Amino acid sequence: MIHEKVLKYLRENFPGSIVESEEMPADFIPIYHEYWAEIAAFLRDDPDLRFDSLQCITGVDLGEEGMDVRYNFHSMTHLHKIEIRISVNRDKPKIPSIEQIWRIGDWFEREVYDMYGIIFDGHRDLRRILLPDDWEGWPLRKDYETQETFHGIVVPKVKEEWE
Amino acid sequence: MGLLEEKFEDNIIVASFDKILSWARSTSPWFFQFGLACCAIELMATGASRHDLSRIGMIPRSSPRQADVMIVAGTVTMKMALRIKKLYEQMADPKYVISMGSCATSGGPYWQYGYHVLKGVDIVVPVDVYVPGCPPRPESLIEGLIKLQEKILNERPLTKKSA
Ligand code: SF4
Repeated sequence: MIHEKVLKYLRENFPGSIVESEEMPADFIPIYHEYWAEIAAFLRDDPDLRFDSLQCITGVDLGEEGMDVRYNFHSMTHLHKIEIRISVNRDKPKIPSIEQIWRIGDWFEREVYDMYGIIFDGHRDLRRILLPDDWEGWPLRKDYETQETFHGIVVPKVKEEWE
Repeated sequence: MGLLEEKFEDNIIVASFDKILSWARSTSPWFFQFGLACCAIELMATGASRHDLSRIGMIPRSSPRQADVMIVAGTVTMKMALRIKKLYEQMADPKYVISMGSCATSGGPYWQYGYHVLKGVDIVVPVDVYVPGCPPRPESLIEGLIKLQEKILNERPLTKKSA
């Protein structure tokens, strides 16, 4: 179905872009980040695929295994959908931005940047979107430590005795 | 009986200026709309026709310059805390603050683990009345407002002595 079709198209057009394994997952497609910008444009523009709607970008912190960025696409034309997963390095998290391919990606990518500190290369306005601009750290990472104070306000007022 | 009896024409009221001032203040504390989260819905319901806040002399104002009471309705995030302080400083004296709901009072559901939530708005601004509840019903809010009006009524602004 659409999953096999996308796999086939990507193998033909971008050899080496898919993270191949013995048992390919049946509900998403893992790819390497190097080819991502071209693949994204291809997914949107290919008349058979035509993923014209980017529905969500999520970051996932998998602990030891690094971090994931997951994209959900839907096609308004063909009414099919697909999930793409890209692993990023925890120490140097950086992947190409698709903000100029799907405009909605602008805020999605800023949110992932805000929570995980993943840099979207080529994004034209990569700032924090929810937290204050001068916040320290990336809150949804597993190893996140809350900062002590924020503009003189103590951040976690420990209320252990309440338990 | 008294010396002053029947010494004045009709429609003249004799009272201490101090008392009249606080009476006038207490009957028209205009409130600053400050809906921050789900509690704001109850605040809106309180202002709407069924509970009708204008019958106790309160009308919503959208500018801190025109407001006497700030009703902090909802979760105060760290980002918002700085702005609350700024808005409070912009209000003209005499000014009062009502902390509406558990969130504004103590952090509410985020009282222990929310890294981004201020654990009580009284950390940044002085609070006059706390209204408990999650969210408080309009009746509770109105009770809080009436309590505040009592408090203002008992103030003696000229002699600086509060009863
Ligand atoms: S106290 Fe409850 S209803 Fe009010 S803002 Fe907090 S969570 Fe929402």
